[in-house]
Amino acid sequence: MLLDATFPVFLVKPMANTRSRRVCHLLLRFVAFAATLAAVIMMATSHERATIFTVSFEAKYTNSPAFKYFVVAFSVITVYGFLVLFLPAKSLLWRLVVALDLVFTILLVSSFSATLAIAQVGKKGNNDAGWLPICDSVPKYCDQVTRALIAGFVAMIVYIILLLHSVHTIIDPLLLGKN
Amino acid sequence: MASEDGEKVEHGLNEVPEKKPKKKDWVLLSLRVIAFLATASATIVMALNKQTKSFVVATVGSTPITATLAAKFNQTPAFVFFVIANGNASLHNLVMITMDVFGSQYDYKGLRLALIAILDMMAMALASAGDGAAAFMSELGKNGNSHARWDKICDKFETYCNRSGAALIASFVGFILLLIISVMSIIKLLKPNRINHNASP
Repeated sequence: MLLDATFPVFLVKPMANTRSRRVCHLLLRFVAFAATLAAVIMMATSHERATIFTVSFEAKYTNSPAFKYFVVAFSVITVYGFLVLFLPAKSLLWRLVVALDLVFTILLVSSFSATLAIAQVGKKGNNDAGWLPICDSVPKYCDQVTRALIAGFVAMIVYIILLLHSVHTIIDPLLLGKN
Repeated sequence: MASEDGEKVEHGLNEVPEKKPKKKDWVLLSLRVIAFLATASATIVMALNKQTKSFVVATVGSTPITATLAAKFNQTPAFVFFVIANGNASLHNLVMITMDVFGSQYDYKGLRLALIAILDMMAMALASAGDGAAAFMSELGKNGNSHARWDKICDKFETYCNRSGAALIASFVGFILLLIISVMSIIKLLKPNRINHNASP
């Protein structure tokens, strides 16, 4: 009985206003969708032509399989985020959304991490492997990739928050439309 | 009156008195043990991954000049992150096994299952990030990148590449097992008699 007073109330009891909770949830999902869309667009439109000693080469996102993985994964997540935005509030599909949230968050984290690893090599090089950094020759391409990665990072944070919210929904099953 | 007093439920740290004994989930426990072994072996194999080789760099007159190069895991930030993420995942698995075997009576209003589910998901996210980064970095080392003029290094350091490939496979096995464990933990949350909502204060 004493512990009732100290138990964190926000963990199990729902917020008082259902409508503001739904608006907050939709806003978060819209931010996630916008962030992934921005990341895809910025990565896909990143290309720059450079000439080094009369050899001209073009830096595009298709040069590296990690960047291709980034574009493909984030496109899938953008489509998923777009479809979830239009799900009605009391539909039974929200249970599926809880599972799909987990899958797509893991996919997002994996693709972001892979791209970050390769982009770090491109920026700093690797002395022991004899790999020179390429960002000096193609600075605009590097900046565009950095902007795409920042958008991807925002999307990752928001998706992790949405995943925790889905777990909270499972704990308090009244939110899943049983009432 | 007396019988009702005898059925008063305690709040807080101790278990709710149940009619049947608590069944231990052997499937989940064995999956956690295998996942712990997989992630721990991935961590150890990658952390001890080292190969030293001497190359002939130039020839001055008639004596060849050799340089000794070493390939270690800490030269690549992606592999360092891989070791850290897998170490974290194996530590998480170890803590969960210990909790399951020795501490199954600690519960706080049903928050134990929720905390286990959340921690499982966090460990899985970290493991997936480490796997993704290390996988693409090893692909870069194996195939090189002709557009960026990066040579492949696996033809020179074959043992290093093979060992990191083995660590990657173990880590992916551990990640898939963590996924199954996480799904099972979340399903446990959906059971209706998890929290005693009708307990009298």
